[in-house]
Amino acid sequence: MEMIFKKVGSISFSLLSPQQIKKMAHVKMVTPELYDKEGYPVEGGLMDTRLGVIDPGLRCRTCNGKLKECPGHFGYIELGRPVLHISYIKAIYTFLQTTCKECSRILLDDENILKYQSKIDKLKSIGKEDLIPKISKLARAGAKNVKKCPHCKAKLTPAKFEKPSTFMEDTKRITPIEILERFEKITDQDCLLIGVDPRYARPEWMVMGVFPIPPVTMRPSITLETGERAEDDLTHKLSDIVRINQRLFENINAGAPEIIVEDLWDLLQYHITTFFNNDIAQVPPARHRSGQPLKTITERIKSKEGRFRHNLAGKRVNYAARTVISPDPKIELNEVGVPTLIAMELTVPERVTEWNIEWLKTFIKNGPKNYPGANYVLDGLKKKKITAETQEVILTELCPGQIVERHLVDGDISIFNRQPSLHRMSIMCHKIRVLPGKSFRLNPSVCNPYNADFDGDEMNLHIPQTEEARAEAEILMEVETQIMSPKHGLNVIGCIEDAVTGNYLLTDDRMEMSREEAIELLVSIGLEDSKKLNALKKKVTGKEVFSAVLPSDFNFVYDKVVIENGQLKTGQIDPKTIGEDNGTLLRDINRSYSEAECVDIFGKIFKLGIAYLQKRGFTITTSDADIPEEVREKAKNIIAEAITSVNDTIDQYEHGRLKNFSGKTVEETLELLVMQKLNETRNMVGKMISKTVSDTNNAIIMSKAGKGNILNLAQTSVLVGQQALRGKRIERGYKNRTLSLFREHDKSPEAKGFVRHSYKNGLNPVEFFFHAMTGRDSLMDTALRTPKSGYLYRRLANALQDLKVEYDGTVRDANKSIVQFAYGDDHIDVSRSENGTIDIKKIIDEVSRKTK
Amino acid sequence: MIDEIAKQYEGRIPVPLIEEVKREAKEVKLTKAQAEAVFAKLEEKYKYAKIQAGEAIGIVTAESFGEPGTQMTLRTFHFAGVAEVNVTLGLPRLIEIFDARKEPSTPLMIIYLKKPFNKDEKSLEKIIAQIKEIRVHEVLSEISINLLKLHVEYVLNKKRMKELGIPEDSAIKAIKDALKTIDLTEKDGRYTATPKSKDGGLPALYTLKERIKEVKVNGIEGIQEVIPKMENNEIMLLASGSNLKDVFKIEEVDFTRTITNNIFEVAKNLGIEAARQTIIAEASKVIQEQGLDIDIRHIMFISDLMTSKGEIKGITRSGITEEKESVLARASFETPIRHLINASLIGEVDMLNSVVENVMINQPIPLGTGLPSLITKLAKESKK
Repeated sequence: MEMIFKKVGSISFSLLSPQQIKKMAHVKMVTPELYDKEGYPVEGGLMDTRLGVIDPGLRCRTCNGKLKECPGHFGYIELGRPVLHISYIKAIYTFLQTTCKECSRILLDDENILKYQSKIDKLKSIGKEDLIPKISKLARAGAKNVKKCPHCKAKLTPAKFEKPSTFMEDTKRITPIEILERFEKITDQDCLLIGVDPRYARPEWMVMGVFPIPPVTMRPSITLETGERAEDDLTHKLSDIVRINQRLFENINAGAPEIIVEDLWDLLQYHITTFFNNDIAQVPPARHRSGQPLKTITERIKSKEGRFRHNLAGKRVNYAARTVISPDPKIELNEVGVPTLIAMELTVPERVTEWNIEWLKTFIKNGPKNYPGANYVLDGLKKKKITAETQEVILTELCPGQIVERHLVDGDISIFNRQPSLHRMSIMCHKIRVLPGKSFRLNPSVCNPYNADFDGDEMNLHIPQTEEARAEAEILMEVETQIMSPKHGLNVIGCIEDAVTGNYLLTDDRMEMSREEAIELLVSIGLEDSKKLNALKKKVTGKEVFSAVLPSDFNFVYDKVVIENGQLKTGQIDPKTIGEDNGTLLRDINRSYSEAECVDIFGKIFKLGIAYLQKRGFTITTSDADIPEEVREKAKNIIAEAITSVNDTIDQYEHGRLKNFSGKTVEETLELLVMQKLNETRNMVGKMISKTVSDTNNAIIMSKAGKGNILNLAQTSVLVGQQALRGKRIERGYKNRTLSLFREHDKSPEAKGFVRHSYKNGLNPVEFFFHAMTGRDSLMDTALRTPKSGYLYRRLANALQDLKVEYDGTVRDANKSIVQFAYGDDHIDVSRSENGTIDIKKIIDEVSRKTK
Repeated sequence: MIDEIAKQYEGRIPVPLIEEVKREAKEVKLTKAQAEAVFAKLEEKYKYAKIQAGEAIGIVTAESFGEPGTQMTLRTFHFAGVAEVNVTLGLPRLIEIFDARKEPSTPLMIIYLKKPFNKDEKSLEKIIAQIKEIRVHEVLSEISINLLKLHVEYVLNKKRMKELGIPEDSAIKAIKDALKTIDLTEKDGRYTATPKSKDGGLPALYTLKERIKEVKVNGIEGIQEVIPKMENNEIMLLASGSNLKDVFKIEEVDFTRTITNNIFEVAKNLGIEAARQTIIAEASKVIQEQGLDIDIRHIMFISDLMTSKGEIKGITRSGITEEKESVLARASFETPIRHLINASLIGEVDMLNSVVENVMINQPIPLGTGLPSLITKLAKESKK
């Protein structure tokens, strides 16, 4: 690997002149043939070895480089007749419109020329070159549709553009030869006024008399299994061009009739047009024999799979792995479990020093096949593979300065990612933990930032290879630094599932356990210090057990939860304190302690929840959805009442007694009233259930500890409720009715998608159908939304990507023009704030507590 | 006492935070030592929270919108309450705002009224009549084409017009003003409109009929619906359709508070700062309605970017991206060929000072840790 220390300062764009094309070319093409009988490239053919090499073993005859060394070289052909460059057709048209056909001067009188020229000069002198295009736009507009040349007084008829590539004056065609002649006479000054800088693009260069042949390295042929060679699309196209050009020459030299020559000329134009762009309206695309259109220059560049977006803005990397993920609540938040198989394939380059040489030797001794081993040793530019044969030599030769590519070991830095990488928490730094098995293991708490689940998701792992990369990853990207989201200043990582339920049950006011049990529990999560538990008490409350994992100087108040000096006094831990997105307790810990301490405390809370729940056991049964008889009776009454009331409203509507709301028709009013009533019903039922069902019900515990809500229980046990489609009750299907078994214009709840049964008791067929309708609708919504929001995101990212905070505190774009004088008016970084602000009340509380 | 301490911190801590401390301090009655401690702690926290130089705040903002964007619903219409106007919300509206479309798909105005009128229900109807646009077809009792005589005949519904408070001659005048190419005569309340030239024949008559129906006779152009609403003990009007300029002309309207969701109209009538505020308000509305939590700084940031050039620029290839200096940055977004061709004509030079170009050529990007560079003084080469 050779190091290059040069920096690219700028890239300029210009049009190739015929002289430049010839100058950079090394070969003049003379034959459309590719290979001779023996299969060697023909001299002067399109695969000439002077254009670069694509076969291993051959050497380039221009630079003597081997495959991968030689970058390839251009060739050229002289065209029999000049041809227009299709991509510049609009510019050619502009020049034809704005210049005189006789004297080739711009069609502006001297006064105007002077006016625009002085404006341009002025802009140049004040360094505002970027505004020049606006002046030339005005100049162009002024020079169009002029009837008489202000310079040579010639009468003019406007040139007409006929797609794809012909120009007409009256009824006569302007041939590319004529265009070339006219353009050659245009002065540099006029070019500038029209908006083309003659230093970079003379108008006559848009008409090609010399055609560059791209190097073979950019159009390599592939050898099929049968040994046949399949040429690249560009090579096909080029051989067409060379062949037709040759025939054109032959015919011209033989003095063939003009018609034949012109036909060939048009054909040449066609081939060159499709060489550049094979997707132009009115031009039939050039095709393979199979009928599939050729992929030529434009197609290579544009769109998502094109050069820009596929190869330049996104690149492939080495030292990466991908496999299925699975959860492991026992590993730390900032760890990732890596299969041994992967740990032996991915390597970390470790420079040999006199202090680590013995340690690295153990890796080399293990070789590439035993873990933890090493795969390669780098000695300067030489890369030596470690095998059973080379092992001995390498070991004896090992000296400081060499680099050993050793297997991954626990604690190595890695970068872990799940697509789609929608925010910066989609790529975080984890410490390696080599584990048996074949999947990546991650702590379930980091599912939320990655938006991962374990139904077959795969994730990617990258190993940074330089010291700088590792340092950046560790300092800027490690999981504990990403707990607070820059989106809203709340924690994206929190306890989930069992960890919440466990802590919720543990911190219940009635919870008590023996001291032995408590210590056993704490030891099982790695907390061996039981000082915080009162040694005199035989019984320990759940709150005391929970307090054991908190630091003793921690104070916290949220709602009913009160923690004083690391003791949970009152309140029950729930998702609002330790959950995702708004876990206030976790946020406070994050703010008050260092990142390492924070991860430690968080891990203990998490493990405590799981350990306790595992000990206690937790499940849910069908009987949890059983509702006492009297409650069910009450619910029935509520539903019946609602339906009567709705039928009442419908009755009013049918008899024309319903008064419409202003701005709504009577029908819309009815729908609104009915919807309101029916939705209300479900909420009423939900509320009633939450009041009557005991809080030892497993479903209720679950809903309070993070998963699901009361409404789910209501839907399972009593009433599913109104099905809404696009914010309305279900309409249509059949003519004026939803299903053929209803009467036309039936407005009753059951005919419009009201599901009055519960999931547990079962839906009737009609209800089931309506329920399926809304289900399908929401699926469609998701499917349609993803690309829309994806495009919005891409546009946003593209527009905003180079805005940054400058050293002076202003926010500026890449041109250094100011967007904001102070970021967010107060310079506050959202991810370091508390939900967007700094909590002053908390500061005051803290201060007054201390001074008390 | 607290003011004195606060004064020391001016310029070191943002004013709103200082103000909040003052307010809170009054409530809990802090001693001097405590107040000093509070300010010291606040400054410490503020210093921690202060954004760091080189932070790629642009991409953070884009992420903050892009990620929740996938969670937004596509549902276009929303019924807020019982008697409100339909408004586009959710993702489609957000796209509309960021695209800087000239017209929102559901224009909406909230019209506040001046002091006596905002409590007075009696004058309400009159004000609404002044604002709501009424076209001829709403006050017609019949309209037809006379095939024999080649003219259009129509009769106005006088009862309806009286209800709406439109004098008859103003309706006639409106039609005459709007259609200059016809002769209008009246006989027994029956109006005949004859085209001045007979060239068009029957098709011209059909279009004439439609044009007559669409002539505005009263109210403000573009306001289709006006609904009164009671809020905070005062009456305000919700109007679907937007015409800020003409609504401001109505005497009873409190133009200091009246707003529209048409960003361009705000920019034209109230200036670019007002447009910036409108973008913030409209985007926040969408986000709040969707139950999402995105910090106001991100919304402000996008709004600032869209308006920082003095005119509204959308986040599209013809808006902000077009403004970029770098050819490669523009080409990597959309229509790469066009950008490359145009760049070659004027000999553009890409100075490689934004992000994508440097990604393309494998160089460090000028953001964050890629930003600092080291300048060393080279020792002068000794003369040989």
